[in-house]
Amino acid sequence: MISKDKLKNLSINQIIEKYPYTEGFFEDQKLAVDDKDKTLKEIFSNLTREEMEDVVFDVDQFADSLASHIKNMQEFLGENDSVVGRLSILAGKDKDGEEESYEKLDIMSGEIISIVGPTGSGKSRLLADIEWTAQGDTPTERKILINDEVPDKKWRFTGGKKLVAQLSQNMNFVMDLSVMEFLNLHAESRLIDNQEEIVERIFDEANYLAGEKFSRETQITSLSGGQSRALMIADTAILSSSPIILIDEIENAGINREKALELLVGEEKIVLMATHDPILALMGDKRIIINNGGINDIIDTTAEEKELMRELKVLDKVMTDLRDDLRYGNNLSRISDELAAVKNS
Amino acid sequence: MNLVTFSGPPSSGKTAVILKTIEAIHQQGLKVGVVKFDCLYTDDDELYRKAGVPVKKGLSGSLCPDHYFVSNIEEVVQWGKERDLDLLITESAGLCNRCSPYIKDIKAICVIDNLSGINTPKKIGPMLKTADIVVITKGDIVSQAEREVFASRVSTVNPDAMVMNINGLTGQGAFEFSTLLYDEDDHIETVTGKKLRFSMPSAMCSYCLGETRIGEEHQLGNVRKIELGDE
Repeated sequence: MISKDKLKNLSINQIIEKYPYTEGFFEDQKLAVDDKDKTLKEIFSNLTREEMEDVVFDVDQFADSLASHIKNMQEFLGENDSVVGRLSILAGKDKDGEEESYEKLDIMSGEIISIVGPTGSGKSRLLADIEWTAQGDTPTERKILINDEVPDKKWRFTGGKKLVAQLSQNMNFVMDLSVMEFLNLHAESRLIDNQEEIVERIFDEANYLAGEKFSRETQITSLSGGQSRALMIADTAILSSSPIILIDEIENAGINREKALELLVGEEKIVLMATHDPILALMGDKRIIINNGGINDIIDTTAEEKELMRELKVLDKVMTDLRDDLRYGNNLSRISDELAAVKNS
Repeated sequence: MNLVTFSGPPSSGKTAVILKTIEAIHQQGLKVGVVKFDCLYTDDDELYRKAGVPVKKGLSGSLCPDHYFVSNIEEVVQWGKERDLDLLITESAGLCNRCSPYIKDIKAICVIDNLSGINTPKKIGPMLKTADIVVITKGDIVSQAEREVFASRVSTVNPDAMVMNINGLTGQGAFEFSTLLYDEDDHIETVTGKKLRFSMPSAMCSYCLGETRIGEEHQLGNVRKIELGDE
């Protein structure tokens, strides 16, 4: 880690040249810089009282903070150490203190795991255990391993990099930005090299998932529910730094759910999906049954269930077609006729 | 007794986070009390009382809430000691975004929410910059991307802070957070003699002293003028 004394004697230009990402730091810290060729020390010695007030720190504190920022960013950019190939959950206890019935659950990247159980059964707790990389220090006493090792503590505390990304039903966009401005902003915060290309790809994928297309200039706050979800999923799959994604139910409207899951899995993410929808649940490789705070059972999706899913998809298609007919002012036909139409198409 | 100061913009979720955290701390068998500082009105003390938490509230009225806080903190500490608390939490709202109620060597928590907009971390100043732990709330209702951008902005403004996401409704993250608050080796007898981390917002102008008339001739003391010239 670079020492603060060294930083104090470098000019702003020298610091930015060596650590390009510090440019935003100087701006966000509201340091009044009149000449970027001056050293930090020189700048601080010339600040007025008001300017000192704005920046809060004195030169030593500022240099300390800058050094921490550089360290954080270097860790953030060192992507390689954060590949999660295998996530393991070691059994803990349920709410009554009974041992859970499995020993170890391994989840590989690219796998989809469904999580089922009534409200309040402990789904949030399971997720929190994973997010906190629990080491027997949570109420369930579960332990989490990453790549068969006890995970680095950085997953717990760093702001920029979290283990689990979340997508849930009641999430909304709140920023007043167009689709492209929004994607660029997210990409900038990730400091990626091929920003333009990545942002285009997300836009294309999101449009591919969405039932109704949207343009680059659409305000994100005015996207429909399905479009928002499509953009969130494409963005999370491609741009999120988190290797694990938790999805809380994907509503069956305005978005192709199967393709959405394929996109996530294709990006080598681990997908955990809390759902009560049989089609979604059966898209998982396994499903975890949660009850009374503990994992009750882990069921592999059987070949028979995959067959069932094919039937469910036909039903699903019938409902979708009926909705489309309704939307475009067509007459609605009987389910038996619709079924025949789906089979023939 | 441990002392922890919570601070954050109004309606950012301080009380919800503290309540969920106290639930987890109660399970460790510790006794927690809260003193809530606010300006004109609060009924949050009722929420604490309902949760079985000893609570006091202080309303600063026409005074700067930070000044009110620092003038009362020693008495508040003694109140907590008399009640044999293991952990005393103070909660104060940041109103002008220039607030800085944190004390050196006393754990300082800043609570801000995802809904406040991505430029908020830049706007808040010492309350965020000098905190030890930053708790981000309302992550369940904004998109993953906005959460990531927001957290990275927080880290840029305060690179040394631990950043945690807590859901004040479900309590997700509160248990984990609670493990960071209490340290059994920490014993606060008094805060007299300790120092604030940063000076408090100041004014001392004629309006502080009750002036109501508008105009240059009525402006005395510490007055700053807006720059309206052409750029």
